[in-house]
Amino acid sequence: MRVIGLVAVNVFKESVRDKVLYSIIAFAVLLIASSLLIGDLTAGQDIKIIKDLGLASISIFGLLIAIFIGIGLVWKEVDKRSIYTLLPKPMRRQDFLLGKYCGLVLTLVINIAVMTAAFYVVLALMQTVAPPNVRASWPAPATDPAMLKAIALVVLELMLVTAIALLFSTFSSPFLSALLTAGLWVAGHFNSDLRNFGAVVESPVLARLARATYYVLPNFAAFDVKLQVVHAQAVPVSYVALTFLYGLTYIALVLVGAVVIFSRRDFK
Amino acid sequence: MRTRTAIAAIVVLSIAVVGLQALEDRAHAALTPEADAADFLYVQSPAVLKRAALSYDALVADLYWIRAVQYYGGKRLSKGPKTYDLLYPLLDLTTSVDPYFDIAYRFGAIFLGEQYPGGAGRPDLGIALLQKGLRAQPDKWQFAEDIGFVYYWWLHDYRVAAEWFRRAGQMPDAPEWLTPLAAVTLAKGGSRASSRTLWTEIARNADADWLRRQATVRLEQLDAMDGIDFIERVVQQYRERTGVLPASWNDLIRTRFLRAVPADPTGIPFQLDPVTGSVTLDPSSSLSPLPLAEQPH
Repeated sequence: MRVIGLVAVNVFKESVRDKVLYSIIAFAVLLIASSLLIGDLTAGQDIKIIKDLGLASISIFGLLIAIFIGIGLVWKEVDKRSIYTLLPKPMRRQDFLLGKYCGLVLTLVINIAVMTAAFYVVLALMQTVAPPNVRASWPAPATDPAMLKAIALVVLELMLVTAIALLFSTFSSPFLSALLTAGLWVAGHFNSDLRNFGAVVESPVLARLARATYYVLPNFAAFDVKLQVVHAQAVPVSYVALTFLYGLTYIALVLVGAVVIFSRRDFK
Repeated sequence: MRTRTAIAAIVVLSIAVVGLQALEDRAHAALTPEADAADFLYVQSPAVLKRAALSYDALVADLYWIRAVQYYGGKRLSKGPKTYDLLYPLLDLTTSVDPYFDIAYRFGAIFLGEQYPGGAGRPDLGIALLQKGLRAQPDKWQFAEDIGFVYYWWLHDYRVAAEWFRRAGQMPDAPEWLTPLAAVTLAKGGSRASSRTLWTEIARNADADWLRRQATVRLEQLDAMDGIDFIERVVQQYRERTGVLPASWNDLIRTRFLRAVPADPTGIPFQLDPVTGSVTLDPSSSLSPLPLAEQPH
């Protein structure tokens, strides 16, 4: 456990050195500039659009970090040949890999926590300057805490993306890993189509195959409740809990796969 | 290269780039017809757009909403011939990607229905959009009320309008004024009093400034219509007393029928036709054109 922690802290420090946290500045500038500019463009929908933009930006920035840092976690060590000095040390390969994973998740969590704080500050300011009749027309207060549910699920989604990127990076090149991770993320949003595939094909074999793929592919659409929270629609805690259970189980599955591949990989 | 030289080069080149862009802009405008770029939808299928949005459907809906607002505003303000062909597709795409985007349905109800050239003159499309909203949110009384409004204000079908107001009044959380409005609409049709009730309630319950402004303008139009009726009665009194129609407002002021030149609620003087004695809005008034006169029930 201590080894995992040490590796994780090092990954975090490395991401700070790589200026990954600059994304927070980009996020803050984007959000503040938008809040100042879009008022005249949106016919009174500025608070909704700022919420949409903030939640989407948190997700997009996180996704880019998860994919493009995640794919390099193992490959960088191999490319720089530092893996040859690391592996002989009293450290299990699985600890090394899990440490890498936890480090990137730590980076993501800190990143998103700061972005979320900036997001709520901008929303609080908008709430302060909005006239009472405008505030009364909002379906929920600008700083509605329910948005934290959507952000929590974004974090979980990014944890899964990171795990998948790490899995691919244990056996393929960064370019291919990025392609496969992004492809799986996109495919995971079309899951519901696979479920209903049986209705549009005649072959029962194909229909069963599509249905099986539906259950096997990660269902990324399940992590998305951004639209619901912005419109103050109810997102039951039971749904969030079930999605967390699903996400964490899937992450465990992917990480076990990554550990198995990485443990058997021959670096000679 | 020395730092000063580099900075000077960056400044000079930046100015050159901006200047050339301005020239390029003019040159390109001469090559491309003005409306072409704005009047094109790359994605026309709501189903395709919804899938392509992945988990960013709300943000994509916002982009289409902004485009719809800009499209409508641009068309309405343009001096050339106006076509609102893309207004319905843009609002349809917006509400397909984000079915909870309530204001987009209501925007359609007002501006798709509005008579050309102020709007698309397509109340049928406004109703179609609102019915789509009701399919997505069956308990949303505002959509049922808006359908009633389109039947009332644009189609002058007071029986159907009253039925929609009644249905809206029976939905959860509906305000109490809807049921009486349904009864008044059924009994008095498009009377000015019932129109005033409808717009007053829309103004009071508007969830966007543009909707409130729209309702305020409509209420001012109703005030202007009341004013015109009053002044036309004064003109008739003048005629009964003098045997001729007044040639100008001065005749009415001199004879103390009026104290000053009468103006509409925006302050623009009314126009008097000395031949017929009719009173109208100045065409430059923001309240012009007035809605159709009350319809016989």
